[in-house]
Amino acid sequence: MRGMTAILKKEFKAYWISPMGYIYLVVFLSLTMWIFFRGFFIINQANIRTFFSILPWVFLLFIPAITMRLWTEERRLGTLELILTLPVKDHEVLFGKFLAAYLFLIISLILTLPLPISVSLIGNLDWGQVITSYIGALLLGGAYLSIGIFASSISFNQIVSFILGAVFIFLLYLIGMQWILMTFPPKIAAVLQYLGLGYHYEGIIRGVLDIRDILYYLSVMAIFLYLNLRSIEIWRLGG
Amino acid sequence: MIEVLNLKKRFATAVALDGVSFSVQKGEVLGFLGPNGAGKTTTMRIITGFLIPDEGTVKVGEYDVLEHPLEVKRLIGYLPEDNPIYQEMRVNEFLNFVAEIRGLTGAEKRAAIERVIETTGLESKYKKTIETLSKGYKQRVGLAQALLHDPEILILDEPTTGLDPSQIVEIRRLIKDLGKEKTIVLSTHILPEVQVTASRVTIINQGKIVAQGTLEELTQKAAEGESTYVELRANPEDVEQTFSSVPWIERFQRVEERDGVYRWAVRGPEGQDIRENLFKLAVEKNWTLLELWRERATLEEIFLHLTTEEVPA
Repeated sequence: MRGMTAILKKEFKAYWISPMGYIYLVVFLSLTMWIFFRGFFIINQANIRTFFSILPWVFLLFIPAITMRLWTEERRLGTLELILTLPVKDHEVLFGKFLAAYLFLIISLILTLPLPISVSLIGNLDWGQVITSYIGALLLGGAYLSIGIFASSISFNQIVSFILGAVFIFLLYLIGMQWILMTFPPKIAAVLQYLGLGYHYEGIIRGVLDIRDILYYLSVMAIFLYLNLRSIEIWRLGG
Repeated sequence: MIEVLNLKKRFATAVALDGVSFSVQKGEVLGFLGPNGAGKTTTMRIITGFLIPDEGTVKVGEYDVLEHPLEVKRLIGYLPEDNPIYQEMRVNEFLNFVAEIRGLTGAEKRAAIERVIETTGLESKYKKTIETLSKGYKQRVGLAQALLHDPEILILDEPTTGLDPSQIVEIRRLIKDLGKEKTIVLSTHILPEVQVTASRVTIINQGKIVAQGTLEELTQKAAEGESTYVELRANPEDVEQTFSSVPWIERFQRVEERDGVYRWAVRGPEGQDIRENLFKLAVEKNWTLLELWRERATLEEIFLHLTTEEVPA
């Protein structure tokens, strides 16, 4: 536990040691705000659904960018050997890294709060739906993070890690999209839709927080974190 | 303290270890010597729990590294090859990070950091970013990290590689000091390094242990490989006949001939100096003795001999 906390602290600090963390945040915030306000004045409604419905696409680039470094850098610099020969369990190292990235994501989302606040000043905002949507964004983001960190465990190059992460996320998102599902027989389509990353999120941002949706995202995280543990095992075998 | 038994490790492209066994006693400094690619790093990575062997066991203290990796890691301070550290961190941040992972907190942690800073002479670099330090100081940071929990065992993988001569001397002195109270395994491909620092040597080549013993034992072994050379102006048939009949000559060989002068390599019984006998013999037989000398194989030659020849399968 202490080992995990130390890793978490180190990884979280690493976002702020270089300018990268700030750059990510500025890009993330300006992109989401710009897309949102561009539509906001046209629709003329006190509603921030557009913000939440573009988040999966912004996350698609934003999240692999915050996870790409996590394993790739350790392997490239050889510090992996240092970490894995300290008295800390593999999963503690993994959780430390995962939670550090999660913390960074949470801070990014907190910084978008001025958006609903300013909307609520103009009109009548449904705060219940906003809070549910934020929970949805955290769940979706967590799933993306687990995929991104796994991607960073299978490459020696940050750019490759980033691309792999984005591609995995995109594919898992894609299989649940309407225009893909139309090409499948209905029974298979129903399963695919359920497996897609976006379907559950769309349900949640409509204001319905279903336990099955929560379980879905937790399962995605569990599966990719498990795969990541297998990566570590393969490294130990000399792969 | 460390018991390595029949380690085997195969990588996709090559066999790295082919049945490595050795042991390290408490308090001794073991020099782990071998050319690059001999399997030193792989062995150390297995002992420290970074790699899992295909076969074989490692016991550190009373713990098996595969069954109790955390306990083993607590006993060991490890400086990996090429000293991987977080370049963008400050020295104190880095040591703080490792101390926290090692479970040190509060006053205990501060005392540990202070202690290793003093041991490794990093007082003036405490607040510096690691990447701005010279290679010698970086190496000290790596050592400091390995010493934080005051481990019983230190494992150092090529700790002086890439340093300049004065830095090498300093790091070696540091290791020698540490060796007074700790069990140390030190790998190197440079023989003088073990001569300076180690009390016992294990030589590895192509994934196999080819020799082990104290420096004295190995030097002794080297001495056994000595030959006496004698240059005589005399009838070679006569010399040959005489040499074969003399009891204290075990083997001899004609090495060279020039203008009627013959050079002979002669070997007497192990450990016996036969120069005097040869001189007397020459006088007795009325041979003209031009030169007489002894050549002793150095530790260096033994090392080269052991590590350049193909190891018989």
